[in-house]
Amino acid sequence: MINRLKHMNPVFLVLLLLFVAIAILSPYFLQPAGYMNFFKRAAPIAILAVGQLYVINSGGFDLSAGALVTLTVIGSSILLDGDASATWWVITAMLAVGVVVGTVNALVVSWLKVPSIIATLGMMITLGGVALTWSGGAPRGYLPENFRFFGRYLIKDLPVIKILPVAVIVMVVICAAMWWLMHRTNYGKRLVAMGDNPKAAMLAGVPLTQTRVVAFVMSSVSAVIAGILLGGFAGVSTDVGVGLELQAITAAVIGGAQLLGGRGTVGATIAGALVLQAMFTLLNILGFPKPIRDVVQGLILISAVVIAGYRRRRSGG
Amino acid sequence: MFYKFAATALTALAVALPAHAQNFDDPVEFAKQKDMLAATANGAAETPWLQYYGDVMADTSAFKKDGPHTICFSNAGVNNPWRVVGWNTMQAEVDLHDNIANFVVTDAEGSDDKQIADIEDLLAGGTCDALIVSPNTTAALTPAVEKACEQLPVIVFDRGVNTNCPVTFIKPVGGYGFGIQSGEFIAANAPAGSDVLMLRILPGVDVLETRYSAAKRILEEAGLNIVGAEFTDGDRAKTKAIVEDYIQRGNQLGAVWMDAGATSVAAIEAFEDMGLDVPIVTGEDQQDFLQKWQEIGMNTIAPTYPTYQWRTPILAALKILDGEAIPGPEWNLPQPAITNDNLADFVNPSMPPLHYAACGCENMPDYPARWGGK
Repeated sequence: MINRLKHMNPVFLVLLLLFVAIAILSPYFLQPAGYMNFFKRAAPIAILAVGQLYVINSGGFDLSAGALVTLTVIGSSILLDGDASATWWVITAMLAVGVVVGTVNALVVSWLKVPSIIATLGMMITLGGVALTWSGGAPRGYLPENFRFFGRYLIKDLPVIKILPVAVIVMVVICAAMWWLMHRTNYGKRLVAMGDNPKAAMLAGVPLTQTRVVAFVMSSVSAVIAGILLGGFAGVSTDVGVGLELQAITAAVIGGAQLLGGRGTVGATIAGALVLQAMFTLLNILGFPKPIRDVVQGLILISAVVIAGYRRRRSGG
Repeated sequence: MFYKFAATALTALAVALPAHAQNFDDPVEFAKQKDMLAATANGAAETPWLQYYGDVMADTSAFKKDGPHTICFSNAGVNNPWRVVGWNTMQAEVDLHDNIANFVVTDAEGSDDKQIADIEDLLAGGTCDALIVSPNTTAALTPAVEKACEQLPVIVFDRGVNTNCPVTFIKPVGGYGFGIQSGEFIAANAPAGSDVLMLRILPGVDVLETRYSAAKRILEEAGLNIVGAEFTDGDRAKTKAIVEDYIQRGNQLGAVWMDAGATSVAAIEAFEDMGLDVPIVTGEDQQDFLQKWQEIGMNTIAPTYPTYQWRTPILAALKILDGEAIPGPEWNLPQPAITNDNLADFVNPSMPPLHYAACGCENMPDYPARWGGK
C-alpha cells in the first residue's frame, strides 16, 4: 500500500490538497453548485489538455489549439447568426475544420520536416488571421440557445448531486474516449513508441505519418469541442482562445507528461488541468491580484517540471 | 558622497515624477467633467458630432486653401470592436464629401513605433493638406505630432498628446464623465449599503482608470460596500466566472459596475444561470447589452464613449482648410448615457452584437451594411 502510494503520480496528491484548501476557505465549494461549477469551468481546459497530450506524447507541441478555439467560436457565430436550425451542420462543419487543421499540421511536420513548434506556430498565426478577416475585427452574429446548450445548460433537480452541467457530461464522455484510445488500443502504444524514439518505432514498423496525423487531429478536434463549450458558456468574443494552448501544455506537464514525448497519461493530464483550475480558484479566493497570480502560476509550472524530472532520475525511468 | 548622490537622485525623482506619473484621480478634472455633463452643448442636438462645450475657438484662417483636398489619417489601430465601428463611420463621413480628393490612411496596428514611422512617411510624402492622428499612446506619440504641427494643420482625437500644437483635440467629455454617469445611477438606485462589484478590463489605460476612479469616489461617498475590483481582460468567460464566484461567496450584490460594456451580458448571465434576479449591471452602447436590457426589463444605465466622434475629425479638417474657426485647442463632444427612457431609440436587433449604437451613422451611405448589419 505504502509502496503504491510512493509510485502514485504526485499530481493527484496536489489536487487533493488544493481541494481541501479551497473547501476550508470557501465551504460553498462542498455544495453541489460549488464543485459542479468548478468542473464546468475546468471542462474546456481538460479536454484541450488531453488533446494536447496526444501531440506531446508523439514528441511535438500543438500551439495552434488556442487560435482554433477562437476560430470555432467566431466562425460558428457568423455561420449561425442566431439560426437554431443550423446548429447541427455548423457543429459538423467546425469538427471538419478541426480534422483539416490537424491533418495539415501533421503533414507539414512529417513531409516538410518542419519542427512541430514552428509548424503549429505558423498555423496559430494563420488561423488568427482567418478569424480576424472573417469577423472584420468585431464579433458578428449570435449563438442560438441550442448551440450554447453544451456549455451553458445545467440539468437541475437531480438526486444527491442536485445539478449537473452538460459541459461536465461532455468532458467525461470525450475524456473517456480519449483515455480508451491512448491506453487501451494498439494506436496508443504506437504513439508512445514514436514519441519515445521515432527511429526505433519506425524500424519496428510503426507508420509514423499516419500516427502523427491522428495525434494532431485529436488535438485539433478537442480544440473545436473546447471552443463549442467556451462559446456556450459565455458567448462570442474575439479573444476567447488566447493563451489556452499554453494552459493546455501546462496542464499536461503538471500531470507529469514529458515534453518531447513518450511519457504521459490521460488520467494525470486531466488531474493536471484540474490542478490548474483549482489553483486559479484558490488564488482568486485568496484575493491575489492578477500579476501575482501570474507569478504563482509560472513558479508552479517550473516546480512541476523540476519535481517530475527528479522523480524520473530517482526511479531511473 | 553617498548622501549627496542620494539627495541628487531624490531631487531628480521629485522633479521628474509629476511630469511623468499620470494622476488618474484628479479632483479638478473630475469637477470639470461633472460640470460639462450638466451643461448644454453649443450647436444642434441632432448632430452631436458637431456640438461643443464653451466658446474658446481656434483661428484657422492661416490654413485656408482651395480644394479638393488630400486628408491624411494616422490610425492607432482597428484592434477592437469600438475602433471597428468608429473606423467604418469615419470612412462613411469621407464618402459624403466631394471636396476630399484623397483620403490617405495608415494603420499602426497598435504599435507606437509603427505609428511614429507612419507619421514621418505621411509628412515625407508631402501630399497631405491636413493630418488627423488617433494616437496609440500619449507620451510616445507627442514628438511625432509636434513635428507634424510644424508642417501642416494637425487634428488629434480619442486619446490625447502632451502638446497644445494641434489645431484641436477632439474627444467626448471624458473618462471621469463616464464613471460619474454610471456611479451616480448606482448610488441612486442600488439598495442602501448593498455590495457592489467593480469589473475592469485592464489597468493603466487613462480613459479606463479615470472611469474607475470617478465611479469609485461616488460609490464610496454614497456608503455602498465595494466588495471587489477585478480585471476581466475583456474576456466574457472570465467575467462570468468572476461574478459567479462573488455570488457564491455570499455577497448580496446590489450592482455590478463595468468600466466597459463588452462583457456586461456575460455578467448578467451569471445571475440568470444561478436562478437569481438580475441586479443593476451597467454597460455601454453595444447592441447585445441593450437588447438584453430590453428583453429582461432591467433597471440600469449605459454611459457611452460615442463612436460618432470619428465623424468630427473629417469635418474639422474641412473647416480648417476653409479657414473657418473651430472649437480649439480642445473640442469636447457631448457624451450621452442611454437610460430606461431612451433605450428603445438605440436598440436595433439587425445590427451585430458589438455594434456601438451611439455611432450617429444611421443616415450615412451604406448603412447598415457597412457596419455589418442587415
